[in-house]
Amino acid sequence: MKPAPFRYHRARDVEGATALLAELGDDAKVIAGGQSLVAMMNFRLARPAHLVDIGGLRELDHLGVGADGELRIGALTTHHTVETASPRELGAGFDVIRDAMAWIGHLPIRTRGTVGGSMAHGDATAEWCLLAVLLDAEFVARGPRGQRRIPAREFFFGYYTTALDPDEILVEIVFPRPAPHAALTEFAERRGDFAIVSAAVDLDTDGRTVNSGRVALGGVAAMPVRVPEAEAVLAAGGSFRDCAEAAADAVDPPGDANGSAHYRKHLIRTLVERACEEAMSR
Amino acid sequence: MTSVTENQLVGRSVARREDPRLLTGHGRFVDDIELPGMLHAQFVRSTVAHGLITAVDLTAVRRVPGVVAAFTAADLGLGDITARLDRPPAEFVPTAMPVLARDRVRYVGEPIAVVVARDPYAAEDGLEAARVTYESLPPVTCEEQALAPGAALVHEEAVRNTLVDVSLFATEGIDGIFENAPCVVRVEARTGRQNALPLETRGAVAQWDAREEQLVVHTCTQIPHQVRTVASRCLGLDERAVRVIVPDMGGGFGLKCVVGREEIAAAAAALRLRRPVKWIEDRKDALSASFLAREQHYTARAAFDADGRILGLDADVVCDMGAYSCYPFTAGIEPLMAAGEMPGVYKVPAYRVRGRAITTNKAPTAPYRGVSRPQYVMVVERLMERAARELDMDPLEIRRRNLITDFPYTGVNHITYDPGSYLESLDLCEQALKEAGWYDRQAAARAEGRHIGIGYSCFSERTGYGSAAFAARKMQVVPGFDLSEVRMDTGGAVTVTTGTMSHGQSHETTMAQIVADALGVDLAKVKLHQGDTDRITYGWGTFASRSITVGGSAVRRAAVKLGDKLRAIAAAEWGVPPEETELARGRVRRRDEPGIELTYEHLADIAYLKSHLLPEDIEPGLTATAAFDVTTDGTFSNATHGAVVELHEGTGQVEILAYVCVEDCGVAIHPQVVEGQCRGGIAQGIAGALFEQITYDAQGEPSATSFMDYKVPTAHEIPDVTIHHLETPCAFTETGAKGAGEGGTIGAPAAVLNAVNDALRATGVELDTTPITPETVHRALTSPALEQTR
Amino acid sequence: MNDTSGLGDDAQLITLDVNGTSYEVITAPRRTLVDVLRHDLRLTGTHVGCEHGICGACTVLVDGLPSRACLMFAAQAEGARITTVESLADADTGELGDLQRAFSDHHGLQCGFCTPGFLMLAQGFLTERPEASKEEIREVVAANLCRCTGYQTIVEAIDACATARRAQRAAGTEETSCN
Repeated sequence: MKPAPFRYHRARDVEGATALLAELGDDAKVIAGGQSLVAMMNFRLARPAHLVDIGGLRELDHLGVGADGELRIGALTTHHTVETASPRELGAGFDVIRDAMAWIGHLPIRTRGTVGGSMAHGDATAEWCLLAVLLDAEFVARGPRGQRRIPAREFFFGYYTTALDPDEILVEIVFPRPAPHAALTEFAERRGDFAIVSAAVDLDTDGRTVNSGRVALGGVAAMPVRVPEAEAVLAAGGSFRDCAEAAADAVDPPGDANGSAHYRKHLIRTLVERACEEAMSR
Repeated sequence: MTSVTENQLVGRSVARREDPRLLTGHGRFVDDIELPGMLHAQFVRSTVAHGLITAVDLTAVRRVPGVVAAFTAADLGLGDITARLDRPPAEFVPTAMPVLARDRVRYVGEPIAVVVARDPYAAEDGLEAARVTYESLPPVTCEEQALAPGAALVHEEAVRNTLVDVSLFATEGIDGIFENAPCVVRVEARTGRQNALPLETRGAVAQWDAREEQLVVHTCTQIPHQVRTVASRCLGLDERAVRVIVPDMGGGFGLKCVVGREEIAAAAAALRLRRPVKWIEDRKDALSASFLAREQHYTARAAFDADGRILGLDADVVCDMGAYSCYPFTAGIEPLMAAGEMPGVYKVPAYRVRGRAITTNKAPTAPYRGVSRPQYVMVVERLMERAARELDMDPLEIRRRNLITDFPYTGVNHITYDPGSYLESLDLCEQALKEAGWYDRQAAARAEGRHIGIGYSCFSERTGYGSAAFAARKMQVVPGFDLSEVRMDTGGAVTVTTGTMSHGQSHETTMAQIVADALGVDLAKVKLHQGDTDRITYGWGTFASRSITVGGSAVRRAAVKLGDKLRAIAAAEWGVPPEETELARGRVRRRDEPGIELTYEHLADIAYLKSHLLPEDIEPGLTATAAFDVTTDGTFSNATHGAVVELHEGTGQVEILAYVCVEDCGVAIHPQVVEGQCRGGIAQGIAGALFEQITYDAQGEPSATSFMDYKVPTAHEIPDVTIHHLETPCAFTETGAKGAGEGGTIGAPAAVLNAVNDALRATGVELDTTPITPETVHRALTSPALEQTR
Repeated sequence: MNDTSGLGDDAQLITLDVNGTSYEVITAPRRTLVDVLRHDLRLTGTHVGCEHGICGACTVLVDGLPSRACLMFAAQAEGARITTVESLADADTGELGDLQRAFSDHHGLQCGFCTPGFLMLAQGFLTERPEASKEEIREVVAANLCRCTGYQTIVEAIDACATARRAQRAAGTEETSCN
């Protein structure tokens, strides 16, 4: 379990990194925290000929809420930085993001793994991807052709596939508005494992009545998905249980060694309802 | 008593001798060994489960930068490792395990060629350049396929893919007993294929020492002398010309208690290249291509009278041993243990059993902590629970009626059980759970519609198998005894050797406690040496919870002998008979006048440096050796485990709320170490009951090559364990101790499974197959029967 | 790796700060931090258990935070402070540190293979969260695998160490305030 040979390039700035990527082409891969990539390289499931290390780009390690209420997180911010962020840094209404960090692997993974790395990896069960889909995050990507913003619904394409071009790097993720009544929960056999199913909801509520809500699921498709059918139940004033039921009915999850489709639907019912309740109680 | 120790060390949890080096990063494990000019080996492994090898082309491998050499079995002249039982062909078929596969492969991951390179990275580059072509054969991946008429054969010589088929017991009239019994209950149980999973993978560093004319193999093994035997035979060397050294070892649990193929091949490469060769197994190979265990299938029934007394036990056990018989135990290890010992702690008057080992295209099987006992205890305890339900009895009452209480007890399986606390441990376990309020909490939870269950398991564990017990299995290689040498130097410090091989069990501490007590010296004066075939005359290693019972007894005997010699020297000095002397606090003193004494230093000075003072009948030097064997059926540790679980409807998750273990291993040399063995063993038992399994698909591809797929439980899943001790000293070990290595693992699956089934009571579903996954529990909790009760 | 002739033309010179000492290493970029620590610097206290970030036997501190040394290339560690198990005992006397003593007192280790990883995990965690509760400690201990102990005594050892450190700090504060 030793990686195949590669050439190592340390980027000095974002422009240098994207220029290198453009020059090296498909054989190059960006490494940030490396918590997924290095494991795949050790198994030789990934074998880039070139690694472009952007880990030193401190300008991509930041988080804060702007005057417009947007939460902007630099791509190189670690999960652990988010987990331990002060209320001032993370702002009111983003507790869902801080709390979700506890579901990501374990502490020694969170200290190295980065928000941007997780998003760019695009795992269907990743907490960050689910949060992005739930909260309509925007992805700021920079490449030789300049900078662009990609909405979450256009960012994830399928299993481990995103809208990023090979010569682009993710520099920032923007969560456009606070979500004071949102929650993410999930289930795996063991603590810290990839979720079999994860669920996240964001309620528009005054704390008593739910006006509307967003529901998103991970582990049920090639990428995290919103579930309009479940959201319709919330908008119509339906119960959390009915919302969860609608979510389970609406999706067609895969069956694999971690759980059959039938079992995943059961988990959806449990987790969506649980997330609704947690979101409501915030 | 020949020794007086006011501060007896046995029975006290003294600071472990092993700890300082392990805590500071100064332990020395195999992969820590670095030799000048050392090369690194990795293995080209089969990518198909079953096939004929039509070609192995290593040409491109040898051209990979950094690769120094690549060898097939033919290149190195490597033959087979064959383990045998002295049983007739109808009962046992020996099969050869080639050190490197030559013409045929029998599982995914089987080693075919060894690649040796300047570093482990280049070695792995080399593997990718190997070209092996196969003519594939139909893979045999499960019991049904293996036993089906006309099935493909894994070994041509093993008809019906059966390596072992023994019907050890069949009480006359047992069919009639079952026909007439008022209550007959059945269990069909399957247990998942597991990996013992020491955190340190297997590995070896082999080097030819030209000066000593010796091949030196550093390897992490529980059985150094047996590795030496196989290495010398496979490599055509005298046993003297092989020295096996075991450095610190990161766990074994049985997986390292068999001789592997890779360490032999690495040694052959080192001999050929005349350079040190290191092989460190990576986790992917360790999970899927080393040795697995535990995959068994039981079809069992038990007959009871109306009062819940067991009348008969009838079982058919099929153990899926994978592709090969392991050395030295053979594929008989699991079926012979299960068939021989299944009646366990109960008074079973009639018993019939058939035990089989079948061969399939899966990684082969080694012993794993508990060997078959976790499974058959689970089956017997499920039978007890089922009978209790059938007869509407309390599940503990039915056990009380059947537990052996009069010792020694000779069972229907012809085994004599020495005294234990079978009933007492059950009583105490129940009391502990009651006093902690778990029965009340269970009732309250049930009223709320929650699913809390309480389950028990009662079992004993034969420890201290002597040569008689192993001979009864008809092993061609019969383990049993152990040897020790105790030596005192000129300054009075003591060196002890043992043929056992600690790898977490703390023998450097516990054996030293035994010796320090026997000689009346400080613990710090005693140093244990193990795991070096040049330093230790012979030994059978550490497995089957034998080390303290057998090894500890040998160590004590040798220490007492050395004490006798010290007394003899002193007695000669004083001109009194040795009987009139005794040992105390590093001195020999006169019994009649305790004020008259000679220090060990003084006596050692005479023994070595002034030997002219010794009487004629006393040889110079201070060395004593002793052997110990168990000539009876062995000694039985026992325990009762109690588990409380809650099943969560929303996810199917099994949460263990409480766990109590009441154990009796006789005299506990070091109570904290005993508790450590219990807790660690229980964690492994829970792992088997709820989490871990390697399955194979129809092509024979293993499901788990990483820790993502092989779900070793963490601190989040494993509960705290409350431990209570009972002490029924063993009459025939030198210390009164019984073994404690495996009990935790043996008792846990049954206790957890019974608790889960207790929680499922309202559903009408019973689960007898492990691991029990959340999805299984979810299915049970959504069964129609449960809905009806609402 | 003594034999540097096999490095290939991609070898690079890197500087690593390990336990306060600066080391220069010529290494191929694909070598992981744990392999360089163990085999180039001969700091073999850090162990290799899975090489995919799950078992935690290779856990070291990177800039004070517990990290998997198998999921980092050594080159990525340039400029960071690396701390390994070899740093925990007193450098002059060899006397065990309080966390190490707690592991020994509670029998939080058996074979000792996973132990350095747990020690560094706990060391990093307690430095950041000295007030951690036993339940929080258990969650963090769940980051690494141990096959011998069943974890209970590891949790107890770390909790005992944290409790003792808190008591010591409180006593120290009291003393200061008395003066």
